[in-house]
Amino acid sequence: MAFKNYLLVCGGTACDSSKGIELTDELRKEIDAAGLKDDVQIVRTGCLGFCEKGPIVKVLPEDTFYVSVKPEDAKELVQEHLVKGRIVDRLLYNHEQGKSLVTVEGIDFYQKQFRIVLRNCGVIDPDKIDDYIARDGYAGLEKALFEMTPEQVIDEVSRSGLRGRGGAGFPTGKKWSFAAAQPKGEKYMVCNADEGDPGAYMDRSTLEGDPHSVLEAMAIAGYAIGASKGYIYIRAEYPLAIRRLETAIEAAREYGLLGEKILNSDFDFDIELRLGAGAFVCGEETALLASIEGNRGMPRPRPPFPAVKGLWDKPTVINNVETLANIPVIISKGADWFNKIGTADTRGTKVFALTGKVNNTGLIEVPMGTTLREIIFEIGGGIKDGREFKAAQTGGPSGGIIPREFLDTPIDFGSLSKIGSIMGSGGLIVMDDTDCIIDIAKFYLEFTVDESCGKCSPCRIGGRKLQNYLSRISDGRGQLKDIENMQKISEAMTRASLCGLGQTASNPVQSSLKYFMDEYLEHINDRKCRAGKCKKLITYTITDKCIGCTVCTRHCPVAAITGTVKEKHVINQARCIKCGICYEKCKFDAITRS
Amino acid sequence: MAKLTLDDLRKMRAEKKQIMALRDSENKDVHIVVGMGTCGIAAGAKATFGAIVDAIAEKGLTNVMVRQTGCMGLCYSEPTVEVVVPGMPPIIYGNVTPEVANEIVEEHVLGKRLLDNLICDKPAIDIMDNKGN
Ligand SMILES: Cc1cc2nc3c(=O)[nH]c(=O)nc-3n(C[C@H](O)[C@H](O)[C@H](O)COP(=O)(O)O)c2cc1C
Ligand code: SF4
Ligand code: SF4
Ligand code: FES
Repeated sequence: MAFKNYLLVCGGTACDSSKGIELTDELRKEIDAAGLKDDVQIVRTGCLGFCEKGPIVKVLPEDTFYVSVKPEDAKELVQEHLVKGRIVDRLLYNHEQGKSLVTVEGIDFYQKQFRIVLRNCGVIDPDKIDDYIARDGYAGLEKALFEMTPEQVIDEVSRSGLRGRGGAGFPTGKKWSFAAAQPKGEKYMVCNADEGDPGAYMDRSTLEGDPHSVLEAMAIAGYAIGASKGYIYIRAEYPLAIRRLETAIEAAREYGLLGEKILNSDFDFDIELRLGAGAFVCGEETALLASIEGNRGMPRPRPPFPAVKGLWDKPTVINNVETLANIPVIISKGADWFNKIGTADTRGTKVFALTGKVNNTGLIEVPMGTTLREIIFEIGGGIKDGREFKAAQTGGPSGGIIPREFLDTPIDFGSLSKIGSIMGSGGLIVMDDTDCIIDIAKFYLEFTVDESCGKCSPCRIGGRKLQNYLSRISDGRGQLKDIENMQKISEAMTRASLCGLGQTASNPVQSSLKYFMDEYLEHINDRKCRAGKCKKLITYTITDKCIGCTVCTRHCPVAAITGTVKEKHVINQARCIKCGICYEKCKFDAITRS
Repeated sequence: MAKLTLDDLRKMRAEKKQIMALRDSENKDVHIVVGMGTCGIAAGAKATFGAIVDAIAEKGLTNVMVRQTGCMGLCYSEPTVEVVVPGMPPIIYGNVTPEVANEIVEEHVLGKRLLDNLICDKPAIDIMDNKGN
């Protein structure tokens, strides 16, 4: 026999530390006292993603969401909600603001996430076209083909306010209208699934979880611009996504949703996959086109833009996976529906790959205008190990480092560029006080220097120079004038590079110089790295607190520590590789880092 | 399957909606859904999937349908598994090792008790259930 109610009590770290365990005990006691033992099951859960308002209690099946529940509240909760069936208003989220929420379907939603792009991920079987169709799949294509003209489709997309999610945020409707305006004839629709940012996997997950949404969108776009052929450019490193796409294309052809005379209309459209070898620069649209044509993936100057002269010099629209995944919903639910979500600057949602020092790493989708604080502290469950938030990086190697004073900035294309970062494709990396800003900037520069195609000198030479300066500073050989030089080089790269890679490569340097100058100065003037990351700037020493327990000796990977049992140990500085293991292992605080 | 016409597609959508609403024609009223994105598979979702199928066979259950799906977004707790049993709220479990998978079949599906300490929250509201659909 099933229980009547289930009480989910959050057992995440944050909730536990605000008396979550006592609360669970109290609730159990009260339930026993009320004689509900056989009717109600108490279950402890993982973090419910609302740590700032912990402890959280959720009552199922009603789905009532109680916040900041104290052990003293247990009795009222059990008596009122479980015995009498009345909701305890004062414990609901947002009660203070006078707009309490009861359930998910309520006026507002307590869950911060809102899934348009990921609407089917984690819901349908991606290998089953029937599953997709059951969730209103191909309803957008159906509507476009039978109820709308190509102009109306473009108009709908324009009015929705959708901006490209591949990084630059170009209005999608406008891009389509450029290609549509070109004389009739061969045109192409290309999906950019290159996704080269380190730490980003939004597009991969979308393709793996819901491949048909992208196929449907490409067909709609093809109809709108007058193309009958589409290509998906995807990196060969994504085998699962490729396999699922192949299955999906096959199934769509079989159902007549791709191929000739789609659904018996006059519209023909088919899609082929093109596998990329995985160079970051091949995500840039002109390099991507060169790569599809079988040439080396190098950018070329624009104009002419691909919408005018693209694949084999024919008009071509290139859209990102996430941009496309929005399209079927925009067409089937309408621009007015989409328009209500997000901010005036950017409509809709954004998918982020949340990684780094947060408790709940994962793939999230939030309405534009959500703040970093909400993402990191509510959805992300706060910083790992209860440490201090230091900075967040959006936009990967092309983005900027965002310090804590901007935690409450509502995120959209405009606001992020105002604070010196970019939306990018959606990597979001969270750093804590053990991360060194110079080390981070160096990591990204190493990446862009490696990935630069070398065609133009500002990027090729400037990037290398910046990387050298950063290495010098992190090695303790930095000079004050390096900072000025780095600023000059950064500006030159932004202004003079041919493609987005070089133009944005200095963003991590520029933003960190702007917000974390004190850390640069500390490295240069005091030869000090506060995070303990810059190895050349730190020494580990064993002090008199050492009781000779030998733990450090056993853990040192390079046998740099010597000493006899119960006597003070010493570190051979010449051998030490500054891994910090001994520092962490010593139970007596006898090892210092300076 | 022959190529669809507009009417076929519409008819099919209406039919399949019922199946998605878990009123399966084959009388499988319990659904177990395993997240099989790259993240899930890397964390061992294939073994989990196998363990669930084995446990169901071993207990001789005929009313359980096991499906795969993409990433649910809860990558920190992969492999993730959603369990839907009639009369019980739908639940997502995280960190489902093959052992936990056995427990899910034993405790949740057969015993109708939720497992402690393994539940994750549904990450977002579903736009398909919203008005406007
Ligand atoms: C170095 C570099 C890498 C890029 N990588 C990607 C990528 O991986 N995926 C992507 O969609 N766009 C990428 N872009 C942006 C594309 O050039 C292009 O703007 C985008 O695909 C257009 O699609 P959208 O309008 O839908 O955003 C990259 C740009 C540059 C300069
Ligand atoms: S900016 Fe860099 S990647 Fe872009 S064309 Fe120039 S050298 Fe190549
Ligand atoms: S920091 Fe690492 S290498 Fe150096 S002494 Fe300690 S354990 Fe050995
Ligand atoms: S720890 Fe309870 S909501 Fe995060």
